Amino acid sequence: MYEISDNKQLAPGYNLLKINAPLVAARIEPGQFVVLRIDERGERIPMTVCDYDREEGIISMVVHAVGKTTKRLSILKPGEKILNVAGPLGVPSAIKKYGHVAGVCRQGTAAALYPIMRAMKEEGNRVTVVIGAKSRREIIFEEEMRAFCDRVIIKTDDGSAGSRGYAVHGLTELLKEDRADLVMAIGPTTMMKTASKIAIAHGAKVLVSLGAIMLDGTGMCGACRVTVGRKTRFACVQGPEFDGSLVDFDELKRRQRMYLKAEKISLQAFEREKETETQKTDR
Amino acid sequence: MKRKRVRQKKQHPGERIKNFDEVVIGYTEKDAVEEARRCLQCRDAGCRKGCPVEIDIPGFIKFIKEREFGLALETIKKNNYLPAVCGRVCPQEVQCEGRCILKKKQEPISIGGLERFVADYMLKRMPGQNPPIVPQVSRTGKKAAVIGSGPAGLTVAASLSELGHSVTVFEALHEPGGVLVYGIPEFRLPKKIIKKEVEYIKSLGVDIKVDVVIGKTLFIKDLFDMGFDAVFIATGAGLPKFLGIPGENLNQIYSGNEFLFRINFMKAYMFPEYDTPVNVGERVFVIGGGNVAVDCARCARRMGARVTVLYRRGRDEMPARSEEIRHAVEEGIEFRYLVSPVGFVDDGNGNVEAVKCIKMQLNDPDRTGRRRPVPVEGSEFVIEADTVIIAIGQSPNLLVSVATPDLEVSGDGVIKVDGDGRTSMKGVFAAGDITTGTATVIKAMGAGKIAARAMHEYIERKGNGRKEIAGRNRT
Ligand SMILES: Cc1cc2nc3c(=O)[nH]c(=O)nc-3n(C[C@H](O)[C@H](O)[C@H](O)COP(=O)(O)OP(=O)(O)OC[C@H]3O[C@@H](n4cnc5c(N)ncnc54)[C@H](O)[C@@H]3O)c2cc1C
Ligand code: FES
Repeated sequence: MYEISDNKQLAPGYNLLKINAPLVAARIEPGQFVVLRIDERGERIPMTVCDYDREEGIISMVVHAVGKTTKRLSILKPGEKILNVAGPLGVPSAIKKYGHVAGVCRQGTAAALYPIMRAMKEEGNRVTVVIGAKSRREIIFEEEMRAFCDRVIIKTDDGSAGSRGYAVHGLTELLKEDRADLVMAIGPTTMMKTASKIAIAHGAKVLVSLGAIMLDGTGMCGACRVTVGRKTRFACVQGPEFDGSLVDFDELKRRQRMYLKAEKISLQAFEREKETETQKTDR
Repeated sequence: MKRKRVRQKKQHPGERIKNFDEVVIGYTEKDAVEEARRCLQCRDAGCRKGCPVEIDIPGFIKFIKEREFGLALETIKKNNYLPAVCGRVCPQEVQCEGRCILKKKQEPISIGGLERFVADYMLKRMPGQNPPIVPQVSRTGKKAAVIGSGPAGLTVAASLSELGHSVTVFEALHEPGGVLVYGIPEFRLPKKIIKKEVEYIKSLGVDIKVDVVIGKTLFIKDLFDMGFDAVFIATGAGLPKFLGIPGENLNQIYSGNEFLFRINFMKAYMFPEYDTPVNVGERVFVIGGGNVAVDCARCARRMGARVTVLYRRGRDEMPARSEEIRHAVEEGIEFRYLVSPVGFVDDGNGNVEAVKCIKMQLNDPDRTGRRRPVPVEGSEFVIEADTVIIAIGQSPNLLVSVATPDLEVSGDGVIKVDGDGRTSMKGVFAAGDITTGTATVIKAMGAGKIAARAMHEYIERKGNGRKEIAGRNRT
């Protein structure tokens, strides 16, 4: 059992969850993830770890409450426990001296980008981060990024913070005036696809972190398979980071939709259950 | 004295395709004794030679005849830690039963059925715990680590624990049992049986830690640093193979492992009560001819699909357990032989819509005696499918060897060992599928037993050496 040590909302639908998992905390590196399960009937889902405290044995992650499991995670209270946390999984980010590293993310994925950019900075790179969001309210990790980034660019769909536009627009504007050696893109698959194109057009290397559907997370099922450079790769053990210029993003997008119907059924059943519960306690 | 084989009770096919309960219900006490009485008690018994762990088969059958079920179990357990499992899943037809003298004139003794009967009988009478077979030895103060909790890992854990060492098992998944829990379906091997075996092993003092991925969470070096005197690797062969043909990553194309993992391990057949989904559809094709393929087909059937297994060789070449092929046929699963897929057709939305196949024919036997299938030119055809399951084999798990450069492996990731399970690293042993590629439960267990003995010797010798040095220092 793994105890929740903290859970706070950062923005509507986004929570920062801290879990006591000493073995994972001792070994995890930027870019890696865990696979967790809430209880006996729960599903196994991958979660990127955005921060860790090796001494306290605590790992942090940002939960975007979209499905049943993530909704349940986001309402856990400190002191409550979840059944399984396995990790660290995946290959750590290739932290090296590149020169200028430009990070691109959208809303919650800023959390996944954060430890990588921080390590890039510590490695002696100049780092710029572009954060995109629907509006001001959905921006998270801005302060954390500003604490070490050479520059942070904010883009919102409605212009309520930074300048109006998507993160990828911000990336184009940046690369036009300030060449990057590496673009690190983490976010929705479409965004990573576009960011990769932009990076290539500006002569930068590009790495993306793929959100493939996963099950075991140790290479035993192939649910997470992605096509990279015309070859099938398992995102859980060979990724999740890959060269964005080689990834078949369209295939990934399609595979991510494989269980949409089931996810809806699951969520509806959960919400019905919750409703009857609150009705009971109201009475 | 010619008597017909006594049949084990089974669920009717029409009934069992509607549930995931065990198909074979097993012998009653009376039936078991009657079947045991057919045994001729051969002195130089063929069955025993056919058994990879040389169980004293005539011996335990004699005890059944005498209704000494406890002694029967004790006899089996001298060589086999997991009789309730092996009685259900061993390929008896090519092992013990294949060598039974009765096979020439009538049907062989149902050795698997009897083994299972004895194990179940005793399990039922000792709720939660088996009788300890070997008396508990005093603790030696030595520690052994076991990586992986499949049949090989569990066997070694039990053996070393019974020899008095303190044993910790590290398992990557959330439940111990390996293939026995994530692969083999409930209707062939109920989870509660593995649970009881695991409970028994825990009752010996074995500590099982789940969610620990060796090579990621901890490394082999860490284990030695933590004070373990020896390490045993039994990580199995769980990496799914794919065909490498066009369209293989379309939606609704599963590896056999993923399909079974979802249905069996995550209980997707009870979705949405359990959270993990699986998409089955109406028309399912399974590619392959081994146990994994047949298990997938039967799971899909139970999810309401019409199922066809496509195998590139013929019926006689199928490696699956013959009883299960028979069960599958009874359940209405169709088998098409000498067929191989060459590609998959996209429905326009990224889902598989059809399988492109080609007919095969068998060449003359090659050096290994197996007949190689070759495509028949111009025989391509297309069949419509909602779901395709690729079950053409697994290869060794790589996480440990990738993280341990000192560990010698052959090209496909098989860990190299000597006859006693010693790897290229001092104090590190291995057995089971990780050293052979996909094999069987009994072979994994048998090799585990041998490795456990070698580990015990190693640990003892190491301990004595230490004492000697300490002694010398003192004088
Ligand atoms: C679907 C299916 C049906 C089968 N049917 C039969 C049958 O009817 N009869 C038969 O005799 N055989 C059958 N087999 C084969 C048999 O199950 C295997 O030969 C046997 O389980 C091998 O045992 P093992 O202990 O070597 O490995 P496994 O049972 O594979 O166990 C390995 C364990 O190690 C764990 N592990 C892997 N990597 C790590 C790591 N880095 N750190 C920690 N833990 C790790 C895995 O999660 C797993 O739990 C079947 C196999 C499958 C897949
Ligand atoms: S999640 Fe199963 S292989 Fe990657």
